[in-house]
Amino acid sequence: MEQDIKLTKLANCAGCGAKVGAGTLARLLDGLPIHADSNLLVGFDKSDDAAVYRVSDELALVQTVDFFPPIADDPFLFGQIAAANALSDVYAMGGEPRIALNLLCVSKSMPDSAVHDLLRGGYSKVYEAGAVIAGGHSILDEEPKYGLCVTGFVHPNHILTNAGAQPGDVLFLTKPLGAGILTTAAKADLCPPDVLQAVYARMTTLNHAARDAMVQFRVHACTDVTGFGLLGHALEMAQGSGVQIKLNVSALPIPSEALELARMGILPEGMYRNRKYAEPFVMAGNIPLEIQDALYDPQTSGGLLIAVDPSDADTLAEAMQKTVPDACRIGTVSEYINGPHIILH
Amino acid sequence: MIDARGYSCPMPVVMVQKEVQKNAPATLEVLVDDPCAVENITRFANNNGYTATSRETGDEEFALTLTKKP
Repeated sequence: MEQDIKLTKLANCAGCGAKVGAGTLARLLDGLPIHADSNLLVGFDKSDDAAVYRVSDELALVQTVDFFPPIADDPFLFGQIAAANALSDVYAMGGEPRIALNLLCVSKSMPDSAVHDLLRGGYSKVYEAGAVIAGGHSILDEEPKYGLCVTGFVHPNHILTNAGAQPGDVLFLTKPLGAGILTTAAKADLCPPDVLQAVYARMTTLNHAARDAMVQFRVHACTDVTGFGLLGHALEMAQGSGVQIKLNVSALPIPSEALELARMGILPEGMYRNRKYAEPFVMAGNIPLEIQDALYDPQTSGGLLIAVDPSDADTLAEAMQKTVPDACRIGTVSEYINGPHIILH
Repeated sequence: MIDARGYSCPMPVVMVQKEVQKNAPATLEVLVDDPCAVENITRFANNNGYTATSRETGDEEFALTLTKKP
């Protein structure tokens, strides 16, 4: 690292863990006027990853904004993670990012070179995504923050929302869990360096390849797993689609270090918030608490949660084996009759 | 007694962990001002041979008592 400044020390909560809880958000949005526009295909009433607006019969705009306080000390790395995370919302809708705007809050204690590195990190991911940064806005703030407003394109008939899952679908997750726990541990130097490097590598990995793989198949629903944790986002999918989701816990990719840290009480605040919100809808049976913790753990720049038609599950798995090696089959979708929306087994 | 007020997670639970590993006290009082720290210290205690009780002592201030299991 080139800078002496420890960016995460300037942050109250890290990455997507800074997200306002799902329950609080629903309360804050309640009662706001919804102006109908027949071209607004996905709006904020849908709890989805991005808004989608139809421009023509062949083209819809996908728009999203995402920013947060530092989750890594290295400004270049933080810039990369924040950008990969913001771009992910477009991929989760099945779209392709085209234009991005920087959102930047800088602290006076940050040297110019750190701010420059941060922006360079963001640019590198936007460039890798095949999009351009067209401008942005910056303000002074004691707690630094960075992210992007991203606009992408998608064909109006090929939008993937989180509300389209159908009974029989097979669920895939394209990145391992545990990022919130492991980065929280890193704040106290409790995360082994090689494990932390692997987490950073995953957080800077674009969901581009996962998106490109999935759009070749009959995917019925998709969302990216970020601040609400796997169970929070799976719950949005289950409720939005009116289905029940069964997750096979033994198939879930959770680093063993994250489980050990959870047992030691090294857990981010967002984990408790996510648990409080989603737990009433989850049947956890006798799944050990530390595993449940990892499923409620807020992720930053997490993977895509994909519900695919069962007849395409094997071919999707095969396609992703080449370009998204972390992807795994984690569960199934069934009809919702009553009771919990999510079952862990 | 550990006064972890003013420290944000995960520092309070790390301070408790260090004290338990070093001195293995029969009881340990911990002061915190972060609800997340209450949860984390309780989680640590339950998995490491202690029971934990907590009470709110002021506005967003909590006192935990850790007691070694027999």
